[in-house]
Amino acid sequence: MLERLIYFLIATVILLVIALLHVAYLTYAERKVIARMQQRLGPNRVGPRGLLQPIADMLKLLTKEDLVPYGVDKPIFYIAPFISLVCAGTGVALIPIWEKFVISDINVGLLFILALSSLSAYGVILSGWASNSRYAFLGGLRASAQVISYELAMSLALLSVVLMAGSLNLKDIVNAQINSPYKIYLIPQIVAFYVFMISAIAECNRVPFDLPEAETELVAGYFVEYSAMRFAIFYLAEYFGMVVMSALAVTCFLGGWIGPFEVPYIPFFWFLIKLYFLLFVYIWVRATLPRYRYDQLMGLGWKVLIPVALINLFLTAFLKLIF
Amino acid sequence: MATYLEINKKQANEEKWEEPFYLNMGPQHPSTHGVLRLFLELEGETIVNCAPIIGYLHRGVEKLGETLNYNQTIVLSDRLDYIASAANNTAFALAFEKLMGLEVPRRAKLLRTIVCEMARICNHLLWLATHALDIGAMTVFLYCFRDREWLLNIYEKICGARLTHTYVRVGGVRQDFTQEIIDELYKFTEDFPSRIYDYETLIDVNRIWLKRTKGVAVVPAEDAINLGLTGPVLRGSGVPYDVRKFRPYDAYGEVDFIVPTGKNGDTYDRYRVRMEELRQANRIIRQCLDKLPETQGETVVAENAPDLLIPEKIRKPEPKPVPKKGVIFKGEEIPVVPPGEAFASIESPKGELAVYVVSDGSSRPWRLRVRTPSFVHISAIPYMAKNHLIADLIAIIGTLDIVLGDSDR
Amino acid sequence: MEELLNELKEKFSSVIIEIQEKDYPTLICKRNGFLDLMKYLKDERGFKYLIDLCGADYLEYKYKNFEERFEVVYHLYNLDNKILLRLKVRVPEKDCWQYSVTPLWETANWFERECYDMFGINFKGHPNLKRILMPDDWEGHPLRKDYPVYLEEEQEWKTYKELKEKVKEQS
Repeated sequence: MLERLIYFLIATVILLVIALLHVAYLTYAERKVIARMQQRLGPNRVGPRGLLQPIADMLKLLTKEDLVPYGVDKPIFYIAPFISLVCAGTGVALIPIWEKFVISDINVGLLFILALSSLSAYGVILSGWASNSRYAFLGGLRASAQVISYELAMSLALLSVVLMAGSLNLKDIVNAQINSPYKIYLIPQIVAFYVFMISAIAECNRVPFDLPEAETELVAGYFVEYSAMRFAIFYLAEYFGMVVMSALAVTCFLGGWIGPFEVPYIPFFWFLIKLYFLLFVYIWVRATLPRYRYDQLMGLGWKVLIPVALINLFLTAFLKLIF
Repeated sequence: MATYLEINKKQANEEKWEEPFYLNMGPQHPSTHGVLRLFLELEGETIVNCAPIIGYLHRGVEKLGETLNYNQTIVLSDRLDYIASAANNTAFALAFEKLMGLEVPRRAKLLRTIVCEMARICNHLLWLATHALDIGAMTVFLYCFRDREWLLNIYEKICGARLTHTYVRVGGVRQDFTQEIIDELYKFTEDFPSRIYDYETLIDVNRIWLKRTKGVAVVPAEDAINLGLTGPVLRGSGVPYDVRKFRPYDAYGEVDFIVPTGKNGDTYDRYRVRMEELRQANRIIRQCLDKLPETQGETVVAENAPDLLIPEKIRKPEPKPVPKKGVIFKGEEIPVVPPGEAFASIESPKGELAVYVVSDGSSRPWRLRVRTPSFVHISAIPYMAKNHLIADLIAIIGTLDIVLGDSDR
Repeated sequence: MEELLNELKEKFSSVIIEIQEKDYPTLICKRNGFLDLMKYLKDERGFKYLIDLCGADYLEYKYKNFEERFEVVYHLYNLDNKILLRLKVRVPEKDCWQYSVTPLWETANWFERECYDMFGINFKGHPNLKRILMPDDWEGHPLRKDYPVYLEEEQEWKTYKELKEKVKEQS
């Protein structure tokens, strides 16, 4: 009993450190990739080829002055970033990285991750309200409506996968994919995959759906009044969300840890390859597309994505009933 | 909007009292292109009323123009619309030449046209970069700046400065082009159309771009003329008014170009008008370069253009200062300008830039008035922004192509 | 062009004092009846575009042949016939007001505000005559000829002085 506990503790700490490293270097990778797409070099001064840039950023943010504006609602102001970070980061514990490694193998894994993403909306709304600033307020309003609408589309898309796999447990979903004739659920569920990717980009407040934190309109929206480490926590939470959503997409649609051939000694190789590819798609979309206006964003979520996901769900159920 | 500081308290006695939601997009904002302050009254996200407040960059150019002599005010004019400063110089030079009755040689006219069209390309590239960046497409910004760097390097070879040129002077231009500049301009005009194609593939048929710009801030033609809008903003609404065709100046009578007009008067049409103007500007530069060898050997300054007279400093009413060693003072100022008035207007990249100057026979203007397009365009923002969302307001400011140095003078 | 000027001279002989032929035809008008002239030009003659509206101060102008101090200058343009007209209205210093043409051309709104700000000429019928380029509590009208180019120490803007004192107290 005790050694299982120790095993879990050590595994959690290692996974947390690796996830944090991934998130930190995701910011670096984003800057480099976007720079190359825009025909310039990214950061290349700090360390060899700029590899120590995230560490330099972290040090800078740690030593900045921590401003608390006048008139904020202090308890909520202090707590809101942590809500975002905890809800975004906890999802990492549920993702099966390879066949024998998942920190928490609960029967309702998928539902738990969806619930966590709903809770992370609180971080945005509370920070927008507590900041006592009109820009933050507008950003929080927009974010709350956006997050709720796109959650529906996401859940409907994932429900089709659950229907095909027959269970909410993430490990079982991957096993069901391996045992099915298509090997990955991408082929029968391509529509659900697209709906899920678009909703995931909207959930993480990334371009083209980043209206709550639009730099050029609301001057960073709901976290405009945050400085130094609190700002860093919001920033980390956004990238954590990206990582968790991509990992979820890999698990549910792309087959988790299977690959065409076995790589010895590195059981998580294929998982990481697929994860990196999806993160690259996030960054690619950011470099290319402009931003949606608020009412068009809501129109896209309610009028296009939800009906498409619903039709997909009914079709899957129908086909599963027949065959 | 009559008042922007008083909350409407007359409704306080009624049952449903609602306080309107005011938002101040203050002088410091990433997308107001300078120090423009917009005071918005919002209802949800819809703008009910909008009051622009300017004056944060007022430097007193008109007052200073009365203390400097004619060649020195050209330096002031650079700083008005600091993105396309060759156009401002041309407006001032045209007005002063009309006043003095100077005849500019043909080579100088061709050189002026080339520099003005280069300024038009620079301005439109910057406009596209910031407009796309405000709407969210970051990559277009960097592509445009890459081409703008090329043009600014050519400018540096022509006159030594990248941004504030002071190249066009009263009576002609400062100095002639070298062969190196002409070769590089030829190379530029050959490569540029493919660059324009690069920008267009990124955003022209992008659905998000179309949704953000089609149908936003529609201005019908009658209202546009009444509001005093000029330049690409007016041409997007269908009125083909272009000062280069209606009252030709410099070498525009000789070259062949079309004036693009839009149909609906929305943001997308103005975007297309400016993109087409980029191509036409390229064409004009090419034609002027082809005509340059015909005028080989001419001077670039008119014969009786005024020299630089060293003026007395107008500070306080003090006795004449003692001349320092080595400085030549002209005790009496020689009148070079007949008394009278002149009005000249040009098609600057942003709209119609007009200069009205009154002279009293001395070497300094009596009254120098600059009518800038950005001033008028900012006054049209409340009309255009009614019942639009905040996100549209950013697109509107972008499409009007405002520079605060131009509006505040 | 010639017949336009002749017709104007016949119809509005009480308003127009003189027609000068400079680089563009200039009409010098009186203040009374000016609005009718502008309305006629806009509605009947198609001068739909007001290019510019500005003021000028003629204090101690060497070649002056009139007694009023200020002049308000209008530049009108006809887009169909391509005619540019300049109109001037003389405004005395004591009785410093002029009719506003904002109901006719919307552009005039901000032009007249700037004229008021810089010269002190009031415009009757303007919806919102306030300072536009200078701060709201500025004293004086900068473009007048008796306003100095550089202000002395004592004449500085009140608000700025108070701000400087506050900063000195707190530091």
